[in-house]
Amino acid sequence: MTHPTPTPGRASDALSRVAASPFRLARPRGTRLHLLLAPAFGVLLLAGWWLLAESGRYAAFIVPPPSSVAQRWWRLVEDGSLLRHTAVTLREVVSGLVIGVAAAFWLGYLIAKNRIAAYTLTPYLVALQAVPIVAIAPLLIIWFGAGIASKVIICALLVFFPMLVNTILGVRSIPTELRDLMRSLEATPLQTFWHLEMPAALPILIGGLKVSATLSVIGAVVGEFVSASAGLGYLINFGRGTYDTPLVIAAVFTLTALALLLYGLAAWLEAVLLDWQDAG
Amino acid sequence: MTGNADERGSPAPGAPEAAILAAQGISHVYENGSGLVRALDDVSLALPAESFVCLVGPSGCGKSTLLRILAGLIPPTAGQVLLDGQPILAPQRRIGVVFQQANLMPWRTVAENISLPLELAHVPPEEIRQRTEAMLDLVGLIGFARAYPAGLSGGMAQRVAIGRALIHDPEVLLLDEPFGALDALTREQMSGELLRIWARHRKTVFMVTHSIPEAVLLADRVLVMSPRPGQIIGDFAIPLPRPRSLALLHEPAFVALTEQLRRCIRSA
Ligand SMILES: Nc1ncnc2c1ncn2[C@@H]1O[C@H](COP(=O)(O)OP(=O)(O)O)[C@@H](O)[C@H]1O
Ligand SMILES: [Mg+2]
Repeated sequence: MTHPTPTPGRASDALSRVAASPFRLARPRGTRLHLLLAPAFGVLLLAGWWLLAESGRYAAFIVPPPSSVAQRWWRLVEDGSLLRHTAVTLREVVSGLVIGVAAAFWLGYLIAKNRIAAYTLTPYLVALQAVPIVAIAPLLIIWFGAGIASKVIICALLVFFPMLVNTILGVRSIPTELRDLMRSLEATPLQTFWHLEMPAALPILIGGLKVSATLSVIGAVVGEFVSASAGLGYLINFGRGTYDTPLVIAAVFTLTALALLLYGLAAWLEAVLLDWQDAG
Repeated sequence: MTGNADERGSPAPGAPEAAILAAQGISHVYENGSGLVRALDDVSLALPAESFVCLVGPSGCGKSTLLRILAGLIPPTAGQVLLDGQPILAPQRRIGVVFQQANLMPWRTVAENISLPLELAHVPPEEIRQRTEAMLDLVGLIGFARAYPAGLSGGMAQRVAIGRALIHDPEVLLLDEPFGALDALTREQMSGELLRIWARHRKTVFMVTHSIPEAVLLADRVLVMSPRPGQIIGDFAIPLPRPRSLALLHEPAFVALTEQLRRCIRSA
């Protein structure tokens, strides 16, 4: 008998589970036609968009056709500005993610292990969690300037709370018997951390990381909306100001790709580090 | 054969100087939300080196509490535990513990679970490999070295737990209903396995069980505990010759001993 592996963190990642277990549709054996369903639907959506744009009911700067978005995107690639702006946003997103996750992990670990810390800090953390981080973005810009620092802080704050909750849950869900086992083997606190707490909390931590990856992208964009001179959020704002709607849409697609990439990285980490979960 | 039903007050059986692990006047009180739970009341016992002692008693009488106190995992409210005559204040590597649930680390393979105690003790990797191999062989899991616990049956998981408890060669082994979660057939088979393993690695064993036949089959001595607050109300020597096997289960002497024990428990 083994302990059920702690998985509450994965619940916050429900979408990926839906994706992983599609309905058992009756389908002809031996064919892979069902794999074409999703791409076909995508083509349909694209066609709908194109028809809407071509119908002439909306001006091109309100609903540009997919082709002009693609052209605009390609121009951004060619003149190097897409790479430049993406790099700025990516740096903010990744720095914020790393700082937010690291801070949340250590504080969460402290709160999970230390009762005094838990009683002292929990009320403030609950109250802080209610602060809409997005709303204090302007304040952070005032304090930390319009450069990268303020965006990194916004990203880190957005990432912080889900990660903190996941860490506390992860560390607290470790079975007492496993702790007793480590004690009866005279494990040092450091050994208990590396051989028990870290691996036991990992599934929940990675669940938090997957959620955090997309949140961090949101944080960077919000920061850039408020004040910035570069980044994909800045590009969106710029495109809106100049009625360059294809630019806005191209930047949104790039942001989506960025978020998906980060999510994919976290999912890959999960598959590599947690292969034991599928051993049953 | 000694079925004296009431021995508390008299000194703990077994010459104290020969005892490797001894409990003296252990009482334990839990505090929970609504009040106090008296789990143990003045329990004394001594485990002679290389003896196999079983503890039976109704559920909730404090058996696990006593075992955890003997392991140094919880400090008793009163009394003390002596290991080689020295009071113990914290868990000791010299005392191995096996719990009712196999308590394996799901992220470690069978071999990695078994080798954990050696890793924590900084044993060199090559020696770890050899000793793990030997232990896998002893508990009959050679083919499962790389399997993860999620893929094991209850009986196999408990073999891993026993291997892990034995690998660093502790002098005393404490087992808390190690087969309690297994079905009756697997359970019987595991008792046989434990007999075989114990014959090869003579250790001082203290095992909590709620199966009377299991206790009689395995033990040199069976202690009986009263309902809560737990006290030792019976101490039965099991004079059946060794090596023993599952065949013993049907012999008249064996059946008579289980009857004697059953009567003692019922009288409590
Ligand atoms: N941590 C605890 N806090 C409060 N009461 C406890 C705790 N652990 C056990 N108890 C109580 O102490 C009594 C003895 O428990 P235990 O030693 O587990 O019994 P057994 O192993 O014989 O079934 C039970 O009534 C149980 O409810
Ligand atoms: Mg118990």
